[in-house]
Amino acid sequence: MNMGMVFALMGAALATALPGIGSAWGVGIAGQAAAGVVSEDPDQFAKVLLLQLLPGTQGIYGLLVAFITLSNIGILGGDPVKDTATGMLYLFACLPIALVGLISAYHQGRTSVASIGLIAKKPDQFGKAMLFPAMVETYAILALLISILSVSGI
Amino acid sequence: MAIVKMQKLGICALNRNRKAILETLQSMGIMEMRLQELGESCGLTEKDTQAARAKYEKRTACFEHALTILRQYSGGKRGGLFSEKEFLDRSDFDDAVRNRHHYNVEAADLLSAERKIQECGGIIQKDENLKESLAPWRRLDIPMSMTGTRKTAVLIGTLPGIRTAEDILAAASGNLTKPSAVSCEVLAAENEMTYTCVICLAGDEHTVEDSLRAAGFVRPSLPVTGIPADVIAGCEEEIRDQKQIIADLKTQIASYVKEKEHFRIMADYYRTRAEKYRLLGQIPLSRNAFFLEGWIPADQAPRVTKLLTEKYDAYVEAEGKQDDEIEPTLLANNRFAESAEGVLESYGLPQHGRVDPTAIMSVFYVFFFGMMLSDAGYGIVMTLVCGILLWKHRNLERGIRRFLKLFFFCGISTTFWGFMYGGFFGDVIDVVAHTWMGVPKDTAVLKPLWFAPLNNPMRLLIWCLFFGIIHLYTGLGIKGYEMLKDRDIVGFFSDIVSWYLLLTGLILMLLPTDLFHSISGMTLVFSEGVSAAARVCAAAGALIILLMSGRSRKNWAVRIALGAYDLYGVTGWLSDVLSYSRLLALGLATGVIANVINMMGSMFGSGPWKVIIFIVIFLLGHTLNIAINALGAYVHTNRLQYVEFFGKFYEAGGRPFAPFQTKSKYIQIKEEK
Repeated sequence: MNMGMVFALMGAALATALPGIGSAWGVGIAGQAAAGVVSEDPDQFAKVLLLQLLPGTQGIYGLLVAFITLSNIGILGGDPVKDTATGMLYLFACLPIALVGLISAYHQGRTSVASIGLIAKKPDQFGKAMLFPAMVETYAILALLISILSVSGI
Repeated sequence: MAIVKMQKLGICALNRNRKAILETLQSMGIMEMRLQELGESCGLTEKDTQAARAKYEKRTACFEHALTILRQYSGGKRGGLFSEKEFLDRSDFDDAVRNRHHYNVEAADLLSAERKIQECGGIIQKDENLKESLAPWRRLDIPMSMTGTRKTAVLIGTLPGIRTAEDILAAASGNLTKPSAVSCEVLAAENEMTYTCVICLAGDEHTVEDSLRAAGFVRPSLPVTGIPADVIAGCEEEIRDQKQIIADLKTQIASYVKEKEHFRIMADYYRTRAEKYRLLGQIPLSRNAFFLEGWIPADQAPRVTKLLTEKYDAYVEAEGKQDDEIEPTLLANNRFAESAEGVLESYGLPQHGRVDPTAIMSVFYVFFFGMMLSDAGYGIVMTLVCGILLWKHRNLERGIRRFLKLFFFCGISTTFWGFMYGGFFGDVIDVVAHTWMGVPKDTAVLKPLWFAPLNNPMRLLIWCLFFGIIHLYTGLGIKGYEMLKDRDIVGFFSDIVSWYLLLTGLILMLLPTDLFHSISGMTLVFSEGVSAAARVCAAAGALIILLMSGRSRKNWAVRIALGAYDLYGVTGWLSDVLSYSRLLALGLATGVIANVINMMGSMFGSGPWKVIIFIVIFLLGHTLNIAINALGAYVHTNRLQYVEFFGKFYEAGGRPFAPFQTKSKYIQIKEEK
């Protein structure tokens, strides 16, 4: 059995799993807050739904990196990984989005909760409320970028 | 393309024209009233209109409630996001207003019918409950209140648990000293409860009841005295009657559906009237005259002045702005740029005397949104959806209309970038061609006009950062323009030109290095002169910042220290520019997820039936992807404008223009010219 393949696949698995966990967590807590606001003021549904969805993107970024990895390592396309070192390279290339995705999605979720609270009190401040969770996402985007560049560069 | 110039008008007119003037101004809806500073000092009073206003607000609420009820009973659809106002001729409106007492009566009837339905519902509920609690007693053919005859005693009640007649008989007669007649009947046994009727001799009543109580016997607590079956029949009859009444009332309510239009007009009429009385209560009055003051767009001022002076003998005076006043901000932009006004508004409006960045921002907004969503198929869907909505609903509320228009343009831009990157619902054309048309796997069908980002992400990254630098330079340029307008020449050179010099110099120094070559794969060789010029630019820029940034301080040591700190702001610029890498990341995300969807759809093979699976997965997957990525593109385009672009020059703080106008929700009156 070739260990390189194992490491590469582990990378792809982590890239999907960890940001996915983070996004589920973030979207979950934001959803609880959103449901609370809608119970008081159903007109705010569209706005709080958008805010709830914001932490969901990390899961997609993870999926993205995992997909590029899979199509490079011979599972969905490309050539199979031959040696352990290359496999490790894929694993480490996946780590930025895996780790940053997990933690940033959770914190983006908490920021979304706060922004949903803001919408409940001042519904006209949507532009600003949206900005706070978006700031957190920056770091997930940077991690995504490095992961993509690394994976496609190997 | 700027902030509309405002003019303050002071109006003084006779009280007998007061209503007419207010109504004219209200229907024009172009004047924002300012009422605080007049009054008291000159011995003027205000009219108390609280009661009238409350009355009209109550009427509005009454008609709104009537409309809600009509919607409930007639099943009409709710307004929703794309509800639009209806155009109405002035004469129809006047007719409706003339008949307003009639409509008031109708609305009151409707509301009372609704109240009666509620009451009937309450009665039905009560009867149903009684029926249900009497159901186990149904077999009892004597009145519930029966306690006995002359010789016998009747004990009606419940025992816990499921018991047979023999059990109960044993329990009842257990304490009798001598044999005696006791009869037990089980009426029902359900839900861990036995309903029973025990008959014994009158003399034995206490003994029997005590022994039953020891076994858990309880008399029923129902407020019923008659025979259960009769009572149940009575309840059923009453329920039938009430249902009939409800049905009648519902027909009555349904007969008002044709009045829906009138109710809408009335709701708007009273809403507008309440607004008028709100203002009326704040206007300073003397015995014969009243005074008004307010802001009006400068180009409208002569028209209003002429109208009020000639028609109503009013005295109108153009007043100057006082120092502590802020004019309200109203934006005017061309038809393309106005679509982005909403984006600016949700950040905060500009103050007078500052630049309105909407026009410039709208171009970048549409451009960046397209880069992030970057799929021709999605772009076409967005353009079509927004276009059709705009075309079908022409009288949408302004905010929603602007929003749809913005996304219409963003859709066009998305289509453009999609073809540039070669994305049309991901790679659906290639997938279909390869799977069903038998095109060989290695020939691409839809070729990108520019290049596919996934094949060369570094190249696109460099372009994204380049677009970012243009965006940021534009922001800095606007700040420079404002400084020049304020004749702050020193500031212009030390805060704006210096940064242009420094940054351009640094970029030109970076381009020929190995670092840039290894990132982008491009080799740029500058002549010696350009390199020297770059170094000189950077050095000069840095020197100006170091010396001039802290120019407000006298102490040179502090001044240099502040300058050095500002020079450190280069790192801020670096992070701002890197922030534009999201243009690449989000663009890739859309494309790759779309490809994954297509791949999943085509995974099952190429048979004709597999087409159906493919279509289902295609529709579901792409709907999800378009929703999530359009949201992402929207949020991050906003962020690039708010944080990176506005961070360079923009200060909000303008007060939105809130004219005194008709407050209508449903109708808009077509004025006859």
